[in-house]
Formats: sequence, structure tokens, C-alpha cells
Amino acid sequence: MTNEGARQRIGFGLLLAATLLVVLPVLAIIVLIVTKGWSALSLEFLFTMPRDGMRAGGIFPAILGTFVLVLASISFALPIGVMAAVYLSEYAKDNLLTRIINLAIINLAGVSSVVFGLFGLSLFVVFLRFGVSILSGALTLGIMTLPVIITTTREALRAVPKSYREVSFSLGASRWQTIRHSVLPFATPGILTGAILSIGRVAGETAPILFTVAAFYLPKLPHSLGDQVMALPYHLYIATTQIPGVPENYRYGTALVLVGLVLIMNIAATRIRSRFRRKR
Amino acid sequence: MAGFRKVKEFVIEKLIFASGIASIIFVALIFIFLLSEGVSVLKSTSLGAFLGGRFWYPISDPPKLGILPLILGSLLVTAGAIVLAVPLGIGAAFYIADVAPAKIRSLLKSGVEVLAAIPSVVLGFLGITLLVPFLKHTLGLPTGLTALAGSIMLAFMALPTIITIAEDAINAVPREYKEGALALGATHWQTLTRVIIYGAMPGIIAASMLGIGRVIGETMAVMMVTGNAAVIPTSLLQPVRTLTATIAAEMGEAAKGSPHYFALFAVGLVLFLISFLINLTADLFLNRGKKR
Repeated sequence: MTNEGARQRIGFGLLLAATLLVVLPVLAIIVLIVTKGWSALSLEFLFTMPRDGMRAGGIFPAILGTFVLVLASISFALPIGVMAAVYLSEYAKDNLLTRIINLAIINLAGVSSVVFGLFGLSLFVVFLRFGVSILSGALTLGIMTLPVIITTTREALRAVPKSYREVSFSLGASRWQTIRHSVLPFATPGILTGAILSIGRVAGETAPILFTVAAFYLPKLPHSLGDQVMALPYHLYIATTQIPGVPENYRYGTALVLVGLVLIMNIAATRIRSRFRRKR
Repeated sequence: MAGFRKVKEFVIEKLIFASGIASIIFVALIFIFLLSEGVSVLKSTSLGAFLGGRFWYPISDPPKLGILPLILGSLLVTAGAIVLAVPLGIGAAFYIADVAPAKIRSLLKSGVEVLAAIPSVVLGFLGITLLVPFLKHTLGLPTGLTALAGSIMLAFMALPTIITIAEDAINAVPREYKEGALALGATHWQTLTRVIIYGAMPGIIAASMLGIGRVIGETMAVMMVTGNAAVIPTSLLQPVRTLTATIAAEMGEAAKGSPHYFALFAVGLVLFLISFLINLTADLFLNRGKKR
């Protein structure tokens, strides 16, 4: 028995070691980016144009470009994603079509981000003649993020008790009225969670925007959906690999802004989700 | 009035249905566009020479469009990543799901969630700034931009996927199994290694497969740290070029309608088919796990 006890202690020790090997580097990464990037942060860095071939000045156009892309892609993907989830949770029967839809969602989630970039290039930029533009990039990013929105919204809809629907039906409400007034309002926190999570995802993606929207250097701000923009992740990529002599704290500063943005979104999403779960 | 409401609801329900099948449409569109552009590569090379060709010189004249070095590059980096990530990920999943005290559990889970959220380009940036010089010095290599660097980065990126799915599978093992084993006098460790692990096995396999899928499709981090030499790799300690990095690095320069352009789409098609197969198989395992 003591033998078994020792074995258990060693076994659990190994499992703990594996867990720490995963979690501690994450902590180290965050601490490193914050401490090294902090010195670069200033109002000038956040709100002015780059100078000296992007080796000085600010990263404002990249920040703004990322916001524009996030906003445009979410306004496209959120309605479709939520309606798709409503279909799957409220309308779909357990049949072949539903099974194919679910498989398609899984596959969409598994497609490589650079393949989304190729797809966006061939469909939006070339075939539909949107050009390298915010529109092309946002649509590409929107399609990429659909699975996140659909799965979180579907989970939220399924968590709404059946009795809410039954009461509504028994009062003579139609199916849509029931969904609109007795189901969707109670799923709002879950829908919000999905939306925020996908914002974080969209803000950090580089490969899908490489050939669809991202500009290497664009000192003017966008005026329409047909314009190109700079974007934070792409900017970090080129500042790291394409432009020699960018000061280190400038790179870390860009990484900090990007990671900060993404993590704030994720923390917000988990907060909303956990509060929502506790209520139930 | 009732008529108007009926029309409105009819339109809304049609929109809902259209959105419902949107995922199918998008997956089909991705396939069709990759295929229609990618198939044109066969005008300048045969299928065998494309998949099995040993040389990738897309801008020489005539271009050599063999993607074997790229396929092997992807496989090598992926294999390295999986060897690192699967044991670590499954170990961590067991610890988080079944061993960790409740308070620490949520902390560990947030750690994993943060890792999942860090953009790939940020990991690539840290890889090139820290990991690559570190490998160069400690291993005494001419360059730290190696397949090994890619494997380490990718292992990290696959871990959240592996951990969350394996953890779900472990949690889904019926309580009675565990209680039964403990009641028969088994230790917690014995219960874990001889009972729970079998109940969770389909989920664990699916987790590993989806981890592989994540790794094969990953682009930015791997492009930044692997050195991008399109040669057939013989060791983890030399630069390699993956399928994804090839597309990302070259599409900007490929002239539209050139053999190079079509070849990159064909590479995309290969990637799409690989991820399709992986996801399909993983889904089969997950469903098998659920049914039992």
C-alpha cells in the first residue's frame, strides 16, 4: 500500500510538473511583454503616426485599422452567427442537414488562417472585385470567426429553460415571437460572450489579412470600406521581420498594445459568462 | 395586420434558415475557390511532379513547383510539436480536471485560456527575439531559425486545444466509474490511470488530432521562427519551410495568373483537405465518446 502511495505521489507530481510547464511560461510571457513594452507606451505612441520608416513615432494607424476591421467584421458575422445558432437550437431537427451543418462549422473552425486569406483573396479581392480593402478583409475575418459566434450563442440558447418556450407557445405566441421575446433576451449574455471572444480573435489574426487588406505603411487614415488599412498584428510582424533597426521597446510596445487589447476582450467575455452561469 | 406579421415572420424564418446553412455554403465556397484556382497548376506541372517534386523554385524559368520539401517541412515541425504537446497537454488536462484543488483549478484554467488568446504573431515575435537566439547559443547552431524552434512554438499553440478538449473528455467520464474504483480500494492514481483514462480515451484521441490540426494550419509564428528554407529537411536543427509559411510569404509577390500563383492555391487546397480529414476523424471520435 505504501508502494501505491509513493507511486501516486510521483504520478501526481509529474502531472503537476506538466501543468506548470504549460502555465508558468504563459505567466512569464505576459510579465515580459508588460515590463518591456511599458516604457514605449505614451500618448505619442498610441495617438500619432509612425516616423522615420516606422522606427519612431506612434502606431495610431495600426490601432485604428484594427478597430475598423473588428467593427466591420463583427457587424457582418454577428447577425449571421446568431441567426445560425437560432436555427440550430430552435428550428433544426435531428437529421442529415443538421449533421452536415455541424460538420461544416467544425471544419470552418479548423481551416488554417492563411487558407482563409487565400479564399478572401480569390473570392472578395479578385472575383467580386472588392480589391485589397477593408471590405475584403472584414468579410474574410468575419467568416473565419463565425464558428466562435455560432457555438457560444447556441450554448446560450440551449441553456434557456424549455419551460420558457412552452409558456410562450401556450399563450398563443408564434415560434418567432417566442424566440424574440422568451428566448433571445435570456441568451444575451451568452451572445455577448461569443461576440467579445471573436473580437479578440479578429484583432489578433494576421494571416487572413495579409493579402486582403493589410497595408505595410499607410500614413493616412481610411475614408471608406474600399481603403486599405494598417493593422496591429501585421504591424508587429513587419516591425519584427521586415524593418531592421526598430527599437526593441517599440516592438514590445506594439505587442503589449495588441496583447492588452486581446486579453481585455477575453477577460470581459469570461466575466460575463461566469456571472451568467452563476445566475442559473 | 396578422397578414403583415405572417409575412414578416416568413421572411425572418427564411433568413434564419439561410444563416443556418451559411456555414455549409462558406466551406463549399472555400473548397470551390481553392480548387478552381489551384487546379490550374496542372497546366504547368503534373500532379505527381507537384506533390512529389523535390524542388520548389517557383520563380525560376521554367518554374519548379514540387511541394515535397514543404510537405516534409510541415510534417517534421508538426511531429516535433506533437511529441512535445500531447504528453504535456494530456498530463495537464488530468491534473486540472481530476487532481487540482478547486481554487487552483480555475487559476490554471485561466492560464490556459490566456495562452489560447495570445495572437500567433506575438508568440512568433517572442520566438524570434528570445527562443531563436537561445537555441543558437545553447546548441551551438549556425542559426537558431530551425524546425525545432517551430516545433516548440507550435507545441505551445496546440496545448490549449489539447488541454480543453481532453479535460472535457475526462470530466465527461461517468462519476460511477470513479466511485466504483475507489470503493473497490483503488487509489486515486490507480483510478486515474486504469479507469478514467479508458473512459476518456476517445476524447483524448480527438484532442490530440485537433491539436495536430491546429499545428498544421498555424502560420505566422512558424513562418517567423523556422528560417523558411525550402529544402528537404533531414534534421530538427536545420531551417525548414512549411506549407502555410510558403503561402503567407510568397502570395504577396506571386503575379496573378502565373504558375506560382496557382501553385500557392494548390498548396492551400492541400492544407484544406488535410484539416478537413483531421476534423472529420476527430469528430467521429468525439461522437463515439458521447454515445457511450
